[in-house]
Amino acid sequence: MSEFTNSGYLNMELLRFTTAGSVDDGKSTLIGRLLYDSKSIFTDQYEAIEKSSVLRGEDYVNLALLTDGLRAEREQGITIDVAYRYFATPKRKFIIADTPGHIEYTRNMVTGASTANLAVILIDARKGVVEQTSRHAIIASILEIPHIVVCVNKMDLVEYSEEVFLSIRKDFEALASHLPSVDLHFIPISALNGDNVVTDSANMDWYTGPALLTLLETMYIASDQNHQDQRFPVQYVVRPQSTEFHDYRGYAGRIAGGVFKPGDKVVILPSGRQSTIKSIETFDGQLNEAFAPMSVSLTLEDQVDASRGDMIAGIHDQPTVGQDIELTICWMDVKKLAVGGKYGVKHTTRDARCVVREVQYKLNISTLEKNVDDTEIGMNDVGRIKIRTTTPLAYDSYSRNRSTGSLILIDEATHITVGAAMIV
Amino acid sequence: MQTYGLTHLDELESESINVIREVAAQFERPALLFSGGKDSIILSHLARKAFWPTRIPFPLLHVDTGHNFPETIEYRDSWVEEIGARLLVASVQKSIDAGRAVEEKGWNASRNVLQTVTLLDAIEEYKIDAAIGGARRDEEKARAKERFFSHRDEFGQWDPKNQRPELWNLFNGKKSQGEHFRIFPISNWTEMDVWQYIYRENIPIPTLYFTHLRRCIERDGVLLAHSPFLPTRDTENVDEYQVRFRTVGDMTCTGAVLSPATTLQEIIQEVAAARVTERGGRADDKRSEAAMENRKKEGYF
Repeated sequence: MSEFTNSGYLNMELLRFTTAGSVDDGKSTLIGRLLYDSKSIFTDQYEAIEKSSVLRGEDYVNLALLTDGLRAEREQGITIDVAYRYFATPKRKFIIADTPGHIEYTRNMVTGASTANLAVILIDARKGVVEQTSRHAIIASILEIPHIVVCVNKMDLVEYSEEVFLSIRKDFEALASHLPSVDLHFIPISALNGDNVVTDSANMDWYTGPALLTLLETMYIASDQNHQDQRFPVQYVVRPQSTEFHDYRGYAGRIAGGVFKPGDKVVILPSGRQSTIKSIETFDGQLNEAFAPMSVSLTLEDQVDASRGDMIAGIHDQPTVGQDIELTICWMDVKKLAVGGKYGVKHTTRDARCVVREVQYKLNISTLEKNVDDTEIGMNDVGRIKIRTTTPLAYDSYSRNRSTGSLILIDEATHITVGAAMIV
Repeated sequence: MQTYGLTHLDELESESINVIREVAAQFERPALLFSGGKDSIILSHLARKAFWPTRIPFPLLHVDTGHNFPETIEYRDSWVEEIGARLLVASVQKSIDAGRAVEEKGWNASRNVLQTVTLLDAIEEYKIDAAIGGARRDEEKARAKERFFSHRDEFGQWDPKNQRPELWNLFNGKKSQGEHFRIFPISNWTEMDVWQYIYRENIPIPTLYFTHLRRCIERDGVLLAHSPFLPTRDTENVDEYQVRFRTVGDMTCTGAVLSPATTLQEIIQEVAAARVTERGGRADDKRSEAAMENRKKEGYF
């Protein structure tokens, strides 16, 4: 217990990872094992699923029932939505975005991937790299998840064979060579028996790498944020009407990139006015520097006009400011994307509207093929499009910055989020 | 080269402040649902940080069942004064008196479900378009699928199968007339995170969370506080126990745990060693496997 008390716990890092797959891949078993072995399942939760498993006439305690939270999911035995799960070890705290793996749930995979530092991709050792594997790898790559851990599961069913593992590894590397460079790791596991999940396997001497949990605990993630380009979308203007803070005008927001210090020369976009950072304010006092993803308030030396939706950026590393923007889009609505259609846009803290100018191609997310003849973008499709916005946006490419390079499209009649887009 | 990284509590704090500021920016009339429990306490602490040095630009709303622990009300009033917030109280007793809600009958009667009526009435009365709550995804399986920005239709209902996708840190709070949102800024916190944060930030909490002697009855394996609100059977004994509470809800349905913990550090050790979830002591969740999902669909917190 001592490791949980105070200083150790207070200094832990947070790792967000996503898993994709179906019950058949052993995904739920793997998550169940991580939660169970890290003592994150409580007895009342375990007893509840034990009881349900018996009532459903199952032979074993079905750990999938832990993650399938909605009645419809339990009835159908499938994961429909993204479920968030939490566990902690003495070294790190983890958030799992657990998503379904089938193609009709691509939008849920994209949602889970959007905030992840790492993706766990499961491959059944008996089946090797299949279409679903490619799709998960391609989605992870489009969403620019910095680290991918490929778990070759069910090694117990292939007699813990090194050859099988190496051959699957080779197939996956061939697939990954078509994707933008990514930090790749491979682990042979048996989620059912616990080989290389939390503890090293005694059945695979030939594997000298870390167990999955060890890798999750030690993966270097501090450089996943962009600490080069200064980006601060103004979220809210704090103006106290009090004598104590008479001239205080704080620009509240969450840093989206770079390191800010008092004295830094900045530009307010899209207006282009320049100023200097006077102070970085928080409830707990002023800071000498602040970086992504901290929520702070900036004050400026000059009385310049800045409001919600504006971007405060470093003068030497400015984002692009423009209205004609090219996007990779994942469509999330039953109503198809309409060329010439108008949509609401949310980008950083800016609300705007846009018109879809053209669809350049649809991307086959199992093969990466670009189909220029098929430009109908429907539910779960991924494509390349061009839009024009009503007002200039200050943006970066998604590969440069996941915060300033992403936006969502909103149906103006239903207000539903219909598209998730990455700026090219 | 210098590296920049945040601890997980700093990252969670920053995420929550970001969500709370987004509420103030996107909605006309938000309110923060305040129960006097630890989750709504850290929520109001985070709101105070988000808008410093101004006051929280929206009121706290307490849905008062009339079955509160007196310690909760005492704490509520001193905390509201300390942070300089405005407090609105919506009364379940008033809903009952007005015939809008009917008291449950039987041994396990509770006003927990009735709170939904009072809450939805208060949302209409004050024209609240965003009700900020302290629910966490680790608490209960239906809550694991909840969004930060959770849409409610004009009847206050939640449609879990048809939720808006929520990507990156982009929160879509657009809605039609009469609809509202429930906002959950501490979705990603666990019980342990909350306790560690209370410890780190030195936030005052109600005395109920610390050990004390209390007259309780044991029912279905749960220790319930003896009070005028809880009907007791002749076969049930009222005994004195050394207890504390892991959650603070109504006197009629919040289970006490045997505990000698007198300090936050001792509580944290207990939480780390606990083998039962904090809601394991909540009689209201035990009614059926989908008890929480059903209540949430109807408009519960």
